[in-house]
This record gives sequence, structure tokens and C-alpha cells, in this order.
Amino acid sequence: MEELMSLVDNAAREQNATSIEAIHLAVGELSGVDPQALSFAFDSVVQGTIARHAKLVISRIAVIAYCPVCSLEFTPPDVVYLCPTCGRFSQEIRQGTELTLASVEMTTHE
Amino acid sequence: MNETSTSCGLESQAGIKHRTVVIQKHLLAKNAQQAECNRREFARHGLGVINLLSAPGSGKTKLLERTLDEFGKRYRIGILVGDLQTENDAVRLEGRDHPVVAVTTGNVCHLEAEMVALACAELDLARLQLLVIENVGNLVCPASFDLGEDQRVVLLSTTEGEDKPLKYPKAFKTAQLVIINKIDLAEAVEFDRAAALQNIRSVAPQANIIQVSARTGAGMADWYRYLEQLLQSLANKSAAVVPQ
Repeated sequence: MEELMSLVDNAAREQNATSIEAIHLAVGELSGVDPQALSFAFDSVVQGTIARHAKLVISRIAVIAYCPVCSLEFTPPDVVYLCPTCGRFSQEIRQGTELTLASVEMTTHE
Repeated sequence: MNETSTSCGLESQAGIKHRTVVIQKHLLAKNAQQAECNRREFARHGLGVINLLSAPGSGKTKLLERTLDEFGKRYRIGILVGDLQTENDAVRLEGRDHPVVAVTTGNVCHLEAEMVALACAELDLARLQLLVIENVGNLVCPASFDLGEDQRVVLLSTTEGEDKPLKYPKAFKTAQLVIINKIDLAEAVEFDRAAALQNIRSVAPQANIIQVSARTGAGMADWYRYLEQLLQSLANKSAAVVPQ
């Protein structure tokens, strides 16, 4: 949260923003972050800051695992990453661990 | 920061603009950088580092007490103990001729790489062979924070049930070793060992599994053998890098 607010604050300062309208986050299914808990925390940390009226927009990123035997990328249905072709357990995660500040929408004064 | 600022042209009044600034930055990038610094520092001292994760009450401290008493006879071990409020766990580990540093995180439910770097300043790393970081008792957020360790070890106990790997997949998927503790209580609490092993193997196929009782000492020799192999492989690696 601290890192998020400092990135937002830096961006706002660089652009001479007067307010932040929206903050877009990409949150992987395997990021270890619960979007509901994140939204709750967000509401409390933005109070009294330039982002106090900002909307938090969270895009969930599905997990993509990879089977090196079949050279196949697949989206597992649950936490067990079984290759749908050969049935082997996959250990390679290609997507889904993201916790990224994608973009910030702001109002600026020229 | 990526400065591909784009004006969307929503100019409602003169001089006021709505813009979207693309940033695309991982929120844990700073922690990842510090973790790499830690890793280099540990490697410079030829130190093996374990990040020990578990839910509260799985027996992390008990496991470490016995490890210090037994494995600690042959190797010099440093311990960093992360705890939210008290230093009780650290106190239990003290008085053994192995340095113990308590890291009280306050409200933070996990250890971060920077906390580890600060705590390491209180240790003489050059004199240690193994450093064990006992993370805050929690299987959720500690899994997202690299501390610069060589190996991540997840401890679960028979009293917690068999489905922990399914509930906390990230912790298990990022572990090199899973230790099942309190194996002496398995029968009493009707722990389904086969189901637990199956869950670990399916969620974390990469992980080794060791079963122990830190109370009776059963299986602890497997854990020491594992640590010994880790230290040996690190020693071989540094011997290969540093010309003799």
C-alpha cells in the first residue's frame, strides 16, 4: 500500500495534478492479494490525500501455467496445475503473480 | 516510471485536462531489489539462508529450538525471529550460543527484505554458516515477499488438517521444502497422512517433503541431512565461482 501511494503521489506531482480520478491495478490470481481486502485498505489510506476521491479499478489476471513436455500454456481450473493434455503437474507459472500499478487517471492544471 | 502520458482531450474548462498516465510498475519491485542485495550479501559470506513460513502454532519455534540444540552442535546458526508484538519466540531461542535477533514488525503481518537487512546488521554474518529467518506466523502475505533466501520452507502441522496446501497455494507453490510437524500427534487428531501428502504433491510438485516431530525428535535427522546438503551445495557453488 505504501509503495502504491508513493508511486501515485510521484505521478501526480510530475504531472502537476490537482486530483486523482482513478487508479488501475492488475492483480494476479496468484499474487497473494485479496481484492476485497485491498479495496478496504485502499479506502482508508487515500483519506486526506490527493487520491481521496479516486476510484480503485482492479483487473484480475488469471493464472497461466506451462507444460514443458507438451509445450502448452493453459489456465488451470483450480490450485492444482495439471496439464490438460498429459496430466502432469506443472511447476512453471507464466502469468498470475502480478501486483502492478497499471495506470493513474488524473486531472491536471496546465 | 514509464512516462507515456496521454491526454484524453477531455477539456471541460480552459487549462484543465484529464489524463491517463501509464505506469506499469510492480508494487513489490522495491522489495525485490532489496532481496537481491540481501542475496548477494549472504552469498559473499557463503551463508545458507532459510525463510521459514507457517501458520501460527505450527511449531516453528519448537523446530528451531531442537535444531539449535542438535544441528547447532556442528554448525553455527543465526536466527532472525519475526513477530508482530512480543519477543517471546526470540526469548525461547536465546541462551544457546547461537545469535538470535528479534524483529518486531508492529502491524505488518510479514517480514520484508529491508527489515531482514536491518536485522542482519546486528549479526556477524561472516561467523555464521546458516541463517534461519522465522517469518511471522501467517501463510498469506509472507509468501509474496522475497527476503533473499536460498530456500523457502513451509511448515505445517498435523493438528491443522490436510487441506492447508489447497487453502494457501502460493506459500506452498513457492516452497522448496514442506515439513509436516507434530507427526507424533497424527493418530490422536486423525490426521490423514496420505491425503496431506497428496495435497502437497499436487499443489507443490516441486517441493521436497519431510515428516518430523520437533517434540520427540522423530524425523529430525532428515531435516538435518537436508540442511547439510544445502550448505554443501552452496559451498560447492562458491568454490566454483571463487578461484582458489
